[in-house]
Amino acid sequence: MVTTLDQIFIILRNWITGFLPQAWRPAVDVVLGVVTIVCLFPGLFALTTVFERKGLARIQNRLGPNRTGPFGFFQPVADGIKSLTKEDIVPLNADAAVHFLAPVVLVVTVFMGFAVLPMGRNMVLVDMDAGLLFFFAMGASTEVTVFMAGWSSRNKYSLLGAMRAVAQMISYEVVLLLSGVSVVMISGSLSLVKIAAAQNHYTGWLPNWYIFTPWGFAGFVMFAIAATAETNRSPFDLPEGESELVAGYHTEYSGFKFALFFLGEYLAMFSISGLGTTLFLGGWSAPFSFLTWVPSWIWFFAKVMVSIFVFIWMRGTLPRLRQDQLMNFAWKFVLPFTLINLMVTALWRFMGEGWERWVVCTLILAAVFVLMGKVGMGREHLGPRSYRYAE
Amino acid sequence: MLGEGIVKGMLETARNFAGSYVSKERLTTVQYPEERIAPIEAARVFPFLVYDGADWEAGMRCVACQICEKECPPKCIYIDKSKDKKPDALGKPQFYPSRFDIDISVCMSCQICVEVCPFEAIKMDNEFELATDDRFGGLLLDRKQLSKSNRYYHSIHPTEAAEVDARLAGEKAKADAKAKAAAGAAAKAEGAAKADGAAKAKPGSPTAGGD
Repeated sequence: MVTTLDQIFIILRNWITGFLPQAWRPAVDVVLGVVTIVCLFPGLFALTTVFERKGLARIQNRLGPNRTGPFGFFQPVADGIKSLTKEDIVPLNADAAVHFLAPVVLVVTVFMGFAVLPMGRNMVLVDMDAGLLFFFAMGASTEVTVFMAGWSSRNKYSLLGAMRAVAQMISYEVVLLLSGVSVVMISGSLSLVKIAAAQNHYTGWLPNWYIFTPWGFAGFVMFAIAATAETNRSPFDLPEGESELVAGYHTEYSGFKFALFFLGEYLAMFSISGLGTTLFLGGWSAPFSFLTWVPSWIWFFAKVMVSIFVFIWMRGTLPRLRQDQLMNFAWKFVLPFTLINLMVTALWRFMGEGWERWVVCTLILAAVFVLMGKVGMGREHLGPRSYRYAE
Repeated sequence: MLGEGIVKGMLETARNFAGSYVSKERLTTVQYPEERIAPIEAARVFPFLVYDGADWEAGMRCVACQICEKECPPKCIYIDKSKDKKPDALGKPQFYPSRFDIDISVCMSCQICVEVCPFEAIKMDNEFELATDDRFGGLLLDRKQLSKSNRYYHSIHPTEAAEVDARLAGEKAKADAKAKAAAGAAAKAEGAAKADGAAKAKPGSPTAGGD
């Protein structure tokens, strides 16, 4: 029974393809998987928009949407109808072809990332040997679409937003990759399925997730920072900073194309949360050994939704960074720290089992964190403000 | 240490998030169409015309002096003065507005008309649900729509209305006293004249009399 529930989607798929001739089955398998992903994640996106709006409202002691349907949960339906029926405006001077392609390519590339994420035991669309590499390749191509959108709009705000986005995404892409590399160093595989499987065993009833190691924790924190910047989420939402850039690279998009950008942004959030879950939070494995009877896909999606909640929580808390702060943070703190974390990971790998490596690695990382925080990121202590003429 | 402030901020927002589900004081939202709170006494939206008694046309305090029309900064008041006169609250024959319109789509709720009115005839209402599907006729209120009784004025601005009533009563008393004094003087003069007349012609008919 437990295995049936765990493998329910696989069984369902095999039952459907069972009606078809042998030669068709692989192709239909893939199509079914794609259809599931393409239906599931936009559905999750719709739900997340409500949760986000309600969560942010609660953080600000408001009620949030509560009119459309029970507790406002049909709000995304209304939003969808609205964006579908809105006029789709293309600026006269815009490069129409690229302007049209940008949101489409964005959504497509973001969807591609889901192909290699193991969403449960045996539940992966393509078990690629270099799945991590593929994921990062797809993630990097979203930058191109952002720049396509900004450039083709022929609008200064759009272009500025796109420039910011590209600068930011390239800076943080490096960190994202390097924090992923430490996981690859320990698990010895680029396949996300193997990485998830490597964390699926327990010491006593505690899990062996990578986040529960010193290097893994440090790596996860850096990964989370980079992921937030990659997905252009607050506090790294400079590319669409409303106060200075109208809406950034999607200023000139309206109607359904804008909805596609919105969708792409949230799908990127899901996929990067899925990746973080797979790399550091044990993928689809249960948090305690006595909870392994709960289906693996529930754990995966629970972890993704928790990550999304943290994204929303951060958005409700932190103010937007300035461009120079953003760049300083990336190149002066996050990147060097991730590089040192790589060294520590190597140390961890070669120190062998035992408690010594816990102490040594934790101490090194803590010392580096405090030191770099003090030296690199120390606040400029400005004295009391003096006025020359006003007093 | 780096990140301390972020953790502190995150805890603060978490406290707000959780607190809004438990404490009523945090969640101050009033879900308007279903729930409402009583407007504060000083609330003001658009002006209305006060009338005394039961009949709005007879009791209207406005005498069509047109001061408010002239003072109105956005010029949203339109008054036509009547040709005839009718007695006002003090019994004095006065003009009255044959047309008194306020375009509330133009009105900016400045209350200047109220401040300049020497007859306490125009006051601020607190009725705010004035949405209409006719944006020209529907938002141009005529004198019938604008007329509200003094009792209504008391119900929305009790303190201010009591002051106004006291002032009007004082004025009326003063006017009455003046009228009485004038009447008394007239009666005396009449009496003197009568006595004079009686002395002149003894069997005179007493037709004339002071009232």
